[in-house]
Amino acid sequence: MDGTIQAAELMNSGAEAILRALKAQGVDTIFGYPGGAVLPLYDAIFQQNEIRHILVRHEQAAVHAAEGYARSTGKVGCVLVTSGPGATNAVTGLVDALMDSIPLVCLTGQVPTHLIGNDAFQEADTTGITRQATKHNYLVKRSEDLVRVIHEAFQVARTGRPGPVLVDLPKDILINPAPYREPSSAPHRSYRPRTEPDPRRIEEAVALLKRSARPVVYAGGGVINAGPEASRLLTEFVRMTGFPCTNTLMGLGSFPASDGQYLGMLGMHGTYEANLAMHGCDVMLNLGARFDDRVTGRLNAFSPGSKKIHADIDPANINKSVAVDVAIVGDALAVLKALIAAWKHEPHVQDRAALAQWWQQIDVWRAKDSLRYTQNRDRGSIIKPQYAVEQLFKATRGRETFVTTEVGQHQMWAAQYFKFEKPNHWMTSGGLGTMGYGLPAAMGVQVAHPDALVIDIAGEASTLMNIQEMGTLAQFRLPVKIFILNNKYMGMVRQWQELLHGSRYSNSYSEALPDFVKLAESFHAVGLRAEKVEDLDRVIAEMLAVDRPVIADICVDEKENVFPMIPSGAPHNEMLLGPEHKGDNRPGVTDAGMALV
Amino acid sequence: MPGQNLRAATISVLVENESGVLARVIGLFSGRGYNIDSLTVAPVERDGSKSRITIVTQGTEMVIEQIKAQLDRLVPVYKVLDLSEGPHLSRELALIKVLGTGEKRAEALRLADAFRARVIDATTESFTFELTGATDKLDAFLDLMRPVGLAEVSRTGVAAIARGMKTIG
Ligand SMILES: Cc1ncc(C[n+]2csc(CCOP(=O)(O)OP(=O)(O)O)c2C)c(N)n1
Ligand SMILES: [Mg+2]
Repeated sequence: MDGTIQAAELMNSGAEAILRALKAQGVDTIFGYPGGAVLPLYDAIFQQNEIRHILVRHEQAAVHAAEGYARSTGKVGCVLVTSGPGATNAVTGLVDALMDSIPLVCLTGQVPTHLIGNDAFQEADTTGITRQATKHNYLVKRSEDLVRVIHEAFQVARTGRPGPVLVDLPKDILINPAPYREPSSAPHRSYRPRTEPDPRRIEEAVALLKRSARPVVYAGGGVINAGPEASRLLTEFVRMTGFPCTNTLMGLGSFPASDGQYLGMLGMHGTYEANLAMHGCDVMLNLGARFDDRVTGRLNAFSPGSKKIHADIDPANINKSVAVDVAIVGDALAVLKALIAAWKHEPHVQDRAALAQWWQQIDVWRAKDSLRYTQNRDRGSIIKPQYAVEQLFKATRGRETFVTTEVGQHQMWAAQYFKFEKPNHWMTSGGLGTMGYGLPAAMGVQVAHPDALVIDIAGEASTLMNIQEMGTLAQFRLPVKIFILNNKYMGMVRQWQELLHGSRYSNSYSEALPDFVKLAESFHAVGLRAEKVEDLDRVIAEMLAVDRPVIADICVDEKENVFPMIPSGAPHNEMLLGPEHKGDNRPGVTDAGMALV
Repeated sequence: MPGQNLRAATISVLVENESGVLARVIGLFSGRGYNIDSLTVAPVERDGSKSRITIVTQGTEMVIEQIKAQLDRLVPVYKVLDLSEGPHLSRELALIKVLGTGEKRAEALRLADAFRARVIDATTESFTFELTGATDKLDAFLDLMRPVGLAEVSRTGVAAIARGMKTIG
């Protein structure tokens, strides 16, 4: 049904046709792991040099690596795994990419078409299993569909709200000859995501924003996904309006952290000023964020007095949990362009005096310094995890640095204390919260940026979830730095048990940990350890100086908790502050909150 | 919160007729906890390339809007139309088996006549009726048939279309 009729060229095998299609789609790297069903593809990979194959040690890691690659480059990540267990191992990564809107194409092997449904060896109903784990998936049953499906998979992954797309490839389809066609420029038959905003909604938004007294801009991952130009325009818009701006966990880097108009991250572990500005604003502009429950807290107490403008590329995100006053469907870049033009055009003069008053209020909140903590610098003192992140940040300034994280307290400390000035330099598993994400994601980032500094800020428990990837780092000489904030606990679990379950630390102690220094060495990497505060800067310096993979085992305070914290079920103005702010705290968790986790 | 009242919605979805498309729609409903009161599907294009799915569901206004948006973002979906936003026609077909003899049997036949149900099969101790109509008409008929020997029902679920010139196109 393509508008352009192109002569097809018959390729010797489906595998060759696929590789040609991948090249046409700009793929230069595949993260994968072989197996019987995909051997024809591996054979074709062997016979060419343009596409590099990175052999991971577990298929989940292939997907996270492709996510890291995609998030740091803006390109579509590509994964290749075998049928059955290869495909099922990839599922966690696919859901992770789905939740965080990361463009991927995952090719899975499948048993030959005539065996499908026979419980054949290594057969799994991959399209059935991954239907809710992908943006879309395909099972190719006819060779003549093969190349069209591959091209379409990339188009679907990259356009609209990006996401993972899976193509299931029966072995006979890989072996049999298949026609090749170039990608078609014709629009998709049924899939036509909307990217250009409705100008009337933009005008309504600007009218509200111009008349606001207490505005706030709340920007999320959608701005990052719209490309670096969108982040530049966000910065331009915020500066021209004089508004305060906060970022979600996914949006960090879309607005420069060093800017005076930046309030820091918002949400469950966001800053006091960001959350109170959200709570007290009269007009909220949400750009590419989705009112996630980790951001809103208790819904019926979320920013009760404000008019809400929500711009999102996915109409299903709008009015999902929070009812909004102005709904703008569109790509963040197009929305920001339109907002800037309309702002200049709208004749109403902004009430700068009211805005100045709002900033005064915000400055009062800021003065609380909600991220304050105390590091004892005396020799022999235990390292505070916040301090470790701050020192790491200071030591890396001026270098092109990418940060990934695992999931837990360390992830929140990284988000709070590592400052990002640019988009695409921060990759964390936001939506799914997948422990084991950070190491393979860092691997993918390092493959895409061989000369950059790539650091996985990790917890000791999470790191063990994909520790096998140390082998990949060694094989491909990827000098990823794994900076473990080792608190000997699943710290985030321990924190919740302390605050919500009477300090009954059920199964959250990291018992029988490996010696991470020896573990690094056995994987041909460098192992370092900082036990006391005086070791920290030296270990960081050594870590940054070597051009090899490193595990830096930073022994940190086991009892430290992440603050501020909005307990589940609490509104934004009932935030718990850290021990530095004793006396400020209102009673926290309600019974209803216990159930909300 | 506004819009907490439940409403029923009849939603027509025009989809690419490819394998798995129905599973996608059903998976969406089960995965997100939406109700399905009725769901029908059949090809509607001459070449069989498109199918029409009609879903009857219930929810708050916000949930119905979510359902439509979620359906619309599925790749093989061409068009989502909420028929309950305007005047529309809904029909279902039921095949109804009634067992019995004597006065009950005669009564069953009288009621069927009143509802304009057709007899499509009969034995000395059974009737099978075919009845077409809106869901509430079918429900009413079945309620009446229960005491006179209702034994088995097969219903198609709802097919629906907008009144007047409006099309899903
Ligand atoms: C795959 C997976 N399993 C379980 C969890 C639940 N979980 C969230 S944080 C956490 C503890 C993480 O411990 P660690 O990596 O040591 O980080 P810390 O919180 O101590 O910094 C757990 C178990 C998860 N997020 N992902
Ligand atoms: Mg830990």
